[in-house]
Amino acid sequence: MSHQMEALALLNAKRRWRVWEIALWLVAIAAIFLLPSQLLILTEIVILALFAVSLDLILGYAGIVSLGHTAFFGLGAYAAGILARDYVTEPVTGLLFAGLVSGLFGLATSFLVLRGSDLTRLMTTFGVAMLLAEVGNQAAWLTGGADGLSGMSMGPILGLFEFDLWGRTGYVYCLVVLIALTYIARRIVNSPFGLSLMAIKRNPRRAAMLGISPKRRIVVVYAISAAYAGMAGALLAQTTNFVSPDVLAFHRSADVLLVLVIGGAGYLYGGIFGAIIFTLLRDWLSVATPQYWMFWIGLILVAIVMIGRERLTGWPALLAARLKGKTEEAAK
Amino acid sequence: MLTILFDGIAYGMLLFVLACGLSITLGLMNFVNLAHGAFAMAGGYVTVILMNRYGVSFYLCLPAAFVATALIGAALEVTLYRRLYRASHLDQVLFSIGLVFMAIAAADYFMGGQQQLINLPDELRGRFDVFGIGIGRSRLFVIVICAILAVALQLALTRTRFGSQLRAAVDDGRVARGLGINVSTIFVLTFALGSGLAGLGGALGADMLGLDPNFPLKFLIYFMIVVTVGGTSSITGPFIAALLLGIADVAGKYYLPQAGAFIIYAVMILVLILRPNGLFTREGGR
Amino acid sequence: MITRRHLIASAAALAMLSAAGTAMAADTVKIGLILPMTGPFASTGRQVEAGVRAYMALNGDTAGGKKIEIVLRDDAGTADQTRRIAQELVVNDKVSMLVGFGLTPLAMAVAPVLNQAKVPAIITSATTSAIMSKSDYFVRTSMAGPQSAVPVATWAAKNGLKRVVTLVTDYGPGYDIEKGFTDQFKKDGGQIVEAVRVPLQNPDFAPFLQRVRDAKPDAVFVFVPAGVGSLFMKQFVDRGLADAGIKLIATGDVTDDDLLGAIGDPALGVITGHFYSAAHDSPENKAFVKQVKEAAKIRPNFMAVGGYDAMHLAYAALAKTNGDTDGTKLIAAMKGMEWTSPRGPISIDPATRDIVQDIYIRKVEKKDGELYNVEFDTFKKVHDPFVAK
Repeated sequence: MSHQMEALALLNAKRRWRVWEIALWLVAIAAIFLLPSQLLILTEIVILALFAVSLDLILGYAGIVSLGHTAFFGLGAYAAGILARDYVTEPVTGLLFAGLVSGLFGLATSFLVLRGSDLTRLMTTFGVAMLLAEVGNQAAWLTGGADGLSGMSMGPILGLFEFDLWGRTGYVYCLVVLIALTYIARRIVNSPFGLSLMAIKRNPRRAAMLGISPKRRIVVVYAISAAYAGMAGALLAQTTNFVSPDVLAFHRSADVLLVLVIGGAGYLYGGIFGAIIFTLLRDWLSVATPQYWMFWIGLILVAIVMIGRERLTGWPALLAARLKGKTEEAAK
Repeated sequence: MLTILFDGIAYGMLLFVLACGLSITLGLMNFVNLAHGAFAMAGGYVTVILMNRYGVSFYLCLPAAFVATALIGAALEVTLYRRLYRASHLDQVLFSIGLVFMAIAAADYFMGGQQQLINLPDELRGRFDVFGIGIGRSRLFVIVICAILAVALQLALTRTRFGSQLRAAVDDGRVARGLGINVSTIFVLTFALGSGLAGLGGALGADMLGLDPNFPLKFLIYFMIVVTVGGTSSITGPFIAALLLGIADVAGKYYLPQAGAFIIYAVMILVLILRPNGLFTREGGR
Repeated sequence: MITRRHLIASAAALAMLSAAGTAMAADTVKIGLILPMTGPFASTGRQVEAGVRAYMALNGDTAGGKKIEIVLRDDAGTADQTRRIAQELVVNDKVSMLVGFGLTPLAMAVAPVLNQAKVPAIITSATTSAIMSKSDYFVRTSMAGPQSAVPVATWAAKNGLKRVVTLVTDYGPGYDIEKGFTDQFKKDGGQIVEAVRVPLQNPDFAPFLQRVRDAKPDAVFVFVPAGVGSLFMKQFVDRGLADAGIKLIATGDVTDDDLLGAIGDPALGVITGHFYSAAHDSPENKAFVKQVKEAAKIRPNFMAVGGYDAMHLAYAALAKTNGDTDGTKLIAAMKGMEWTSPRGPISIDPATRDIVQDIYIRKVEKKDGELYNVEFDTFKKVHDPFVAK
C-alpha cells in the first residue's frame, strides 16, 4: 500500500508542470507579437522541434537508435501534400491524415527494430528511409518525383484562418500543434506505460522478468513516434505549400539526431531546446559563411561527444533545479 | 551477359576494398565509424592532387594514398577515436557524422565542389575481348589488386603474430595486456590499416566512381550494407557480401533499370530481417 | 537665447537630414540571390555567383538611378530552405527581385511566395518547362526545357544518324529532354532504338553503357547533369563504344566548360548542342570570360552566363521603369527584352517570359592547348519546343 502511494507520489511529482516549462511556452506565444519579422524561422524551429520530440519518444524513452526517422517525416509531408492537392485543402484534416498514415507505417515497420543490435537497427531504419526515398522518386505520377510535389493551395485552417505572407498564421498553427502534442507526449511518458518503457530501456531482461512485455510496448511507442514525425512533416508541407523529395533525404535523419543530442534526450524538451539552438546556429552560420557552415556544425558535434553529452545537456535540469530552489526560497 | 558479370565483380571488389577497413574497425574494434567514407575520399584526393598537380604516376599514387590516409587515421585514432571505444554506439555515430560533415566542408574548401577526374595511364584504358566477353583494362586491374589484397588480409589476420595479438586484444583487452601485448599500439596500427585500405579504395575507385566532396555520404550506404550483410566476424563475410552486392547492383541496373535502386535496399532489409547479425556470423563471436 | 530663426533652421536641417536618409534607402535596390552554395550542387552556385559578380564588375553597381545591392544566401539545394529564405528576403530584407534557383524543385517551392508578394524572380539555372506556368513572376535566363536537345535531333537526322539510343538522368529535366529529342528525331525520320534512364544518384554507368552497346545504335544521345557528365564521358570511352562505331551526341551539360579540361582528350570530337560555349567568338564573351577567370579563377560555363544575363535583365528592367521597383511593372519591362549576351543574341518571350536564344552545335577541339566546345552550326531563335506548339 505504502509502496503504491510512493509510486503515485513519484508519478505526480513528474507530472507537475515546472516553472521553466510554462515560461518557455509563454515566450513562444509572446514571440507572435514581439518578433513579427522572425516568424518564418520560428515556424521552422517549431516544426523541427516537433520532429525531434518524436525522435525523443523512441530514443530517449525506449533507447532505439534510428538513422531513418525522416521516413515518417517525409511520408507525413507527402500524405498531407497529396491530400491537399487532390482532395481536401483544410489543414487540420491533412494533419490528422498524415499522422494516421505515418503511424500505420510505423506500426508496420516496427518489427524491424525489435530484433538485433544497435547496428542492425541503424541499418534497417536507414534502409527503410532510403527505400521510401526511392519510391518517392519513382512514383512521379503521385509525388512529382525529383521535381517535388507542387500545385497545392492550402485552405484556411478550420475554414477560419488564412495563411499569410508574414507567416503569422503558420506560426500560430504550428505552435498550437506543438503545444498540444507535447502535452499529450508528457502524459504518455509520465504514465505507468512511460515508466515501463524506461525500465525496458535500462534493462530489457529485468523488465521482462517483472512481467513487462518489451515487444508490445516498443511497437506502440514506435507507432506513436512515427505519427508525431508524420504530423511534423505535414506541418512543413502545409506551411510551405510544397514537398521536395529531400524530406526523405539522409541528412534530415542526421539533423534531427543532432538536434536531439544538442538539447539532450529523455525529457521531451530536449528536442525543443535543441531545435532552437540548432536552427539559430545554422541560420547564423549560413549567413556568416554560406559555403562552409557544415564544417562548424560537424565540429560542434565532435566537440559535444568529446566533452560528453551528459555533462553538456545537464544544463536544463540544473537550471530547473536552481529555479525551483529559488521559488521555494521565495515562498519561504 | 558475362560482360555484366565481369563488371559486377569489378564493382564488388572495389566495394570490398572500400568497406573492408570498416569491417575491421566495426567488427574487431566494435566502433561504428560512419566517417569511413571520409578516409576513402582523402585517398582519392591524395591521388588527384599527386597526379594532376605533380604528375606522379598512377601506380605510385596508390601506395601514397594508402600511406597518407593510414597516417591520418593513426593521428585521429590517437587524438580522438581512442577515447570513444567504450562510448555508446549513439555517441560513436554522432561523432563520426560530425567528422563526415567536417571532411565534406574541408574538401569543398580546399578542392572545390566539382567532380575530380584523373587520367589513367594508357595501358589501363580501353578494353579487349576474350571469347566475346568485353573486359575493361582498368576493371581487370581493380579485380587483380583487390583479389591480392583480400588474400593478403585474410592471411594477415589469421596467420600472423599481429593477427593473433589483435584478436587477443579485442577479445579481452585486460588479459592481453597482462600477457605483454601492447593493446593501444595494436589498436592504432589496426585503425591505420583500416583507414589506409579505405584510402586505397578511394584512389582505385576515383576513376570508376568519381570523386567530389559528397563522396563520404554518397557511398556510406554501400559500405554499411557490405558490412552489415556480410557480418563483422571475418573478412570472408564482407568479401562475399561485396561481390553479391556488386553483381546484383550491376545486373539489376542492366536488366531492370527501373527497379535498379530498390534492389540493394530491399535485399539488405530482407537479409537483416532473416539474419539480424548478418549472413556470415560465427556463433558467440563479436 | 534661441531665436525662432535658429529653431526653424535646425528643424529644416533635421528634415533635410531625414529626407536624405530615406532617399538613400530608396536609392538602393536589393536583389536576393539564392543559390546552392553547399551540398551536391555547390558548383552551380559558385558559377552563377561568379557570373553575377562579373556583370557588376563590368557594368557598375547602379541601374535606373539606383544603387544595386546583392544579398547572397545559401539554400544548400533544399527546397524548404529556399522557400523560407525567399520569404524572408521579401518580407524582412525588402528585396525587389530574386535571382538564382539551382534546381527545378527549388524554383517550384518559391512560386507561391512570388504569387503572394508579387516579386519577380529570375531563374538562372533550373530548366524544366513546367516551372514557368507556376507563377506569372518567373522569368528565365538559363534554358527553356529541351531547347538544346531539339536542334541536336535535327542535326543528327540530317547527318545520317538513323538509329539512336537515348540515355537521360531519371528526373524532370531528363524527361523533358528525352521527350524533346525523341519527338523531333522521329519527325525527322529517325528511329529511337531504346530509351535508357539512369538514376540521379548513380555511381557506376557500366551497366547502362553496356545496354547501349548491346543495342548497337548509330549514336547515343545523352543528357546527364554536368558533374556526372564528366564521369560518363570517361566510361563511355573506356567501354569502347566509340570503337564499336557508336557516336556520342549530347546536350552541352556533358562537355561542361568547367570540367572539360579535366575530362581531357577522351572528349575530343564529341558533338553537343547548347546555348553557351566559353569559346563563343564575340567581344562581349571575351570580356566576360576574362573577368570571370580573373575574379573567380574558374572558366565560366553555361551556369555563369545564366547569372550574368539575369543581372543584365534586372538592370535593364530597372532602367526601363526608371528605378520603379514595383514587381508587376518590372515583369512588364522584362517581357520582350532583347540584348546581346556573351552567349549571343537572346530575348525574353513576352508571352511565356521564357528565354529565346540561339542553339549552337559544337565539337570539342583543342585550342591553345586547352579543350573547348567550338561552335560550327547555329539554330536561330529557338523557343521552348513544348510551349511553342
